[in-house]
Amino acid sequence: MTETARHDAGARLRRTPLHALHGELEAKFCPFAGYDMPISYPLGVLKEHLHLRRAAGLFDVSHMGQIALRARSGNVADAARALERVTPIDVLDLADNRQRYGFLTNHDGGILDDLMVARLGDRLILVVNAANKAADEAHLRASIADLCEIEPLDQALIAVQGPGAEIALARLAPDVAGMRFMDFREVEIVGARCSVSRSGYTGEDGFEISAPSKIAQELAQALLADDAVQPIGLGARDSLRLEAGLCLHGADIDAGTTPVEASLLWAIPPVRRLGGAREGGFPGDQKILDQIASGAPRRRVGLRPEGRVPVRAGAKLFAAEDDDEAAGAVTSGGFGPSVNAPVAMGYLPKNLARVGQRVFAEVRGQRMPAVVSPLPFVPARFKRG
Amino acid sequence: MAQGDGDVATVGITAYAADQLGDIVFVEAPKVGAALRKGQAAAMLESVKAASDVYAPVDGEVTEVNHAVIAEPALLNSDPQGAGWLYQIRLADASALDGMMDEAAYAEITK
Repeated sequence: MTETARHDAGARLRRTPLHALHGELEAKFCPFAGYDMPISYPLGVLKEHLHLRRAAGLFDVSHMGQIALRARSGNVADAARALERVTPIDVLDLADNRQRYGFLTNHDGGILDDLMVARLGDRLILVVNAANKAADEAHLRASIADLCEIEPLDQALIAVQGPGAEIALARLAPDVAGMRFMDFREVEIVGARCSVSRSGYTGEDGFEISAPSKIAQELAQALLADDAVQPIGLGARDSLRLEAGLCLHGADIDAGTTPVEASLLWAIPPVRRLGGAREGGFPGDQKILDQIASGAPRRRVGLRPEGRVPVRAGAKLFAAEDDDEAAGAVTSGGFGPSVNAPVAMGYLPKNLARVGQRVFAEVRGQRMPAVVSPLPFVPARFKRG
Repeated sequence: MAQGDGDVATVGITAYAADQLGDIVFVEAPKVGAALRKGQAAAMLESVKAASDVYAPVDGEVTEVNHAVIAEPALLNSDPQGAGWLYQIRLADASALDGMMDEAAYAEITK
């Protein structure tokens, strides 16, 4: 690429409020979902990953979409009922100051996007994937604008994760120490009103902080002033979430995978299933409820390749070493620094989607054995108590 | 990268390449005795994020592979131009290294 072409490509990319700070921290950048994002810092993906699980790390996830929903009636329960039109999760019973994982489905039962939804006073606040945020907003406007005002929030989003996250954030906002996993609160940090959730995408304890863009850099620098906290790029974010068994939309889940196939049934509570008080009533309900009753033809599973060769997304999976026809495929895979071995996730037909089942992954023309394994690959360390 | 001594050259990656690839976690080296053609994918380096081919810089026959780097891929990052070498190759044409870029010229283009 010529210097001019590189400049033009860079100019089209959006920047988060922390872009200049990433530059000062000597990040390597890469385009992600239309943003110029830090893929790694001088520590490198492997050491960033290990540091976060041992101490703490800070991510800039300001590229993600944040959307506030307010009921036109003024009653937050009406916003919850409206959102239940487009998701199979339970929003109505979500308590104030609590957050929950969910997804938007399409008429085939596929997953348009996965998201977090929190209830905060008279609002619901959604955090959605960067690559889908425009489509999600359009989908919400088309589906629930009769009942809700839909307001995209122009806020920075900073995640601080790892066993040292509580100490690092509590130094700036002591109240957060009292939060448990999936609590969601408004908190004053560096003089600004922020919303904080105790959640993340690493399998570790930690927080996600939505802050006004103008204080984002001050907040990030205040967190990084703690020696335990290192900046972590999107490279380690991906290896951390993979070890934690968490799905990446566009890889492990998409418009062609249902929540049942994706092993996300836990997010659909009995109240939305057959016989529940608010049974169905979401796009694709018939297919999803059928699959809940009679099983899905394939399932997302964890895979531990035997040996040291990483098995990456797209690798075909075979039931037997000499089978001609692939039984499934890997959707995410790589080397798990904390597991110190390759780890992967992928889809297998239900007869093979059993822990302990040996299958074969094709890597550079060779068939490598891999064993279906429980997820997550590393134990979750959320603060549930 | 190739360093020559007589008709045998040692092949590895530069410090610049090692930095660009990030921490290497798995190395697939060619087999001793393999006949390589210049430009052919001869070794595979896997980082946490991606797999990268290392192309043969010259025609020749693999005479030795570095088992230390297979056992400890981190050598590629800590000492790429020393202990982290990949394999040795007997040059099909002893003058094959003559036209290659030297270290000063390489440093210039990777600045």
